[in-house]
Amino acid sequence: MPEREMLFREAISEAMREEMQRDSSVFLIGEDVGPSGGIFKCCEGLFEQFGPQRVLDAPIAEAGYIGLSVGAAMTQMRPIAELMFGDFALLAMDQIVNQAAKIRYMTGGQCKVPMTIRLAMGAGRSSAAQHSQSLQSIFAHVPGLKVAMPSTPRDAKGLLKSAIRDDNPVLFFEDKMMYNDKGAVPEEDDFIIPFGQAEVKRSGTDATIVATSSMVTVALAAADKLAEEGLDIEVVDPRTLMPLDEETIVSSVRKTGYALVVDEAPQSYGATAEIAARIGEKAFDYLDAPVMRIGAADLPIPFSPPLEFPTIPDVERVVRAIKDQRGS
Amino acid sequence: MAKKPSGSKRPPKKSAAKKKSKTQRMPSLRAPADTLWLMYRKMSEIRLFEEQVWDVYTRGLMPGLAHLYIGEEAVAVGTCTALRDDDYITSTHRGHGHCLAKGGQLDRMMAEIMGKEAGYCRGKGGSMHIADMSVGILGANGIVGGGFGIATGAALSSKLRNSDQVSVCFFGDGASNQGIMLETVNMAAAWDLPAIYICENNQYGEHTPYQAVTGVEDIADRAKGLGLEGVIVDGSDVLAMFDSVNQAVDKARTGGGPTLIEAKTYRFHGHHVGDAQTYRTRDEAEWWRTNKDPIKLLSDYMVDNGVAKQEELDAIYEQVEREVLNAIEFGKDAPLPPPEQAYEDLYA
Ligand SMILES: Cc1ncc(C[n+]2csc(CCOP(=O)(O)OP(=O)(O)O)c2C)c(N)n1
Ligand SMILES: [Mg+2]
Repeated sequence: MPEREMLFREAISEAMREEMQRDSSVFLIGEDVGPSGGIFKCCEGLFEQFGPQRVLDAPIAEAGYIGLSVGAAMTQMRPIAELMFGDFALLAMDQIVNQAAKIRYMTGGQCKVPMTIRLAMGAGRSSAAQHSQSLQSIFAHVPGLKVAMPSTPRDAKGLLKSAIRDDNPVLFFEDKMMYNDKGAVPEEDDFIIPFGQAEVKRSGTDATIVATSSMVTVALAAADKLAEEGLDIEVVDPRTLMPLDEETIVSSVRKTGYALVVDEAPQSYGATAEIAARIGEKAFDYLDAPVMRIGAADLPIPFSPPLEFPTIPDVERVVRAIKDQRGS
Repeated sequence: MAKKPSGSKRPPKKSAAKKKSKTQRMPSLRAPADTLWLMYRKMSEIRLFEEQVWDVYTRGLMPGLAHLYIGEEAVAVGTCTALRDDDYITSTHRGHGHCLAKGGQLDRMMAEIMGKEAGYCRGKGGSMHIADMSVGILGANGIVGGGFGIATGAALSSKLRNSDQVSVCFFGDGASNQGIMLETVNMAAAWDLPAIYICENNQYGEHTPYQAVTGVEDIADRAKGLGLEGVIVDGSDVLAMFDSVNQAVDKARTGGGPTLIEAKTYRFHGHHVGDAQTYRTRDEAEWWRTNKDPIKLLSDYMVDNGVAKQEELDAIYEQVEREVLNAIEFGKDAPLPPPEQAYEDLYA
């Protein structure tokens, strides 16, 4: 399949553009998504192409416009709501958790809520505690929601197209440190990546690192370092937390005998705990050491760089954990 | 890279012709002379501080983003001059001006903005989270509308403690569309809480003109529906702000309940430093800088009414500039926090 290089954010906007062209029920709503193209430039050109009927600048009213998205999704539209910083999802929690996630089930399957909420996540820009959170586990914990976490431009495009076509509410997490990452994306218009399919981003035999979103890059860099020391690491990217491709993860761990799970959210009660537990349940007899996990420190993200950086997982910590796990 | 901000030098001087009027004393001043001096000094402090923040940001000396208050100085200063030290305010992402006006110190603010241990929040908060509980600054806020609950809660606290402290919530035109405004202002009105809601209508929320996303022209009109008094004030006129807030404070302190004041204002700079401002015209911004510079309006008033000579005002301005530059040096020299401090301050 022919491919082109593009930025992560361009992959996002291309996915939205194609889906808006393909399906007139798809529309975009969010703060500054219109003429200004979104603060992370993910919506550039969409207002010009589709006009104010389908690209709506929302007031600063997250509960309000997410609520509107739920209602529109229940009545034949397919909204994409951009939440700018994912932290602002917390202002719309009732709409997402009490309404979007439950309305189909509560009404005995009478309706569906095909909406996508895009949120920028993650630390690393000195944005401090209210603009840096990684809230994926909170949403993955809510039955009725789906959670996608792309780690490359290719996955961003394929997964976002799936999200938009999905008949359920999807939380789509974009690490803001990746928006300007470059990568190859297939040419084909209909390139989609189904939910619930993990990808082995690097195959290896000595240990498995399961990593999400920007932590995949961290895991791959750690794998390169460990290769210099003779360790052959496999990196598995679940790509969606809900649904979770348990099979690919478990079979990797059965092969390598070691598992480390890395996610950028605070470590306690997070996605790393869930994935580690599943590995424990399904691959216990194959493990040569306890499953380990790395998340951010259990702290609000501090502002000042010397405080911020040590609190988020990095290559050094991953390398050290892999070595500690083997007692080397 | 953007040009050095206009207004980066001192505000334009009075023309010689107008200066003559200083001899004809007006029958009464709109505020006592020493209050005028104080307000002039504070507004200059904010202007000069923000110009330095622009510089510090542009030179890469601060992490994160910087939302400048230049052009809106009269709102914070007119308001806070009507407050006591023990009154409360909540501020916003564009909070440097509020904090300085309420008694925040230049050096500790600059240190915080630079992420230093000597900063107000020990480097944990940065530009958007400056707080000084000792002078009633309950915090700037990274969440648009984040101050409504806190300010109204502080007003409730005053009432429950039988204190006469009042509480001011600064918020933007953008924040006025958050649902929590309705919830909290309703409670303040229902329970006659000593709260004052100051809407800084600078006509944009980030890149979006407020008219495009707001059903009313005047946000003060919403007051009627919520059961409190709504007032519209020229936010470039510090004396008008001072006057309105004084009335609101008197009412709040004596159990008369909350007031909503909408200050019509304008941010002279972009949403944050580095914003290309494609959403508004140069002419529009220039009109405000020329006709509605709050510092110039006040200094004109002071000169016209014989309260000050332009040279005296200039001398103050230069003195404040030195203080601000000292604060920059203080911030630059202050050490960064050691990494282990990340683990402090989480639980009480
Ligand atoms: C809940 C929330 N939504 C969105 C943002 C992003 N944001 C930061 S400032 C801003 C505009 C705020 O506009 P306004 O309230 O008018 O204040 P101004 O910047 O004009 O002073 C936006 C949308 C945020 N910080 N918090
Ligand atoms: Mg505004």
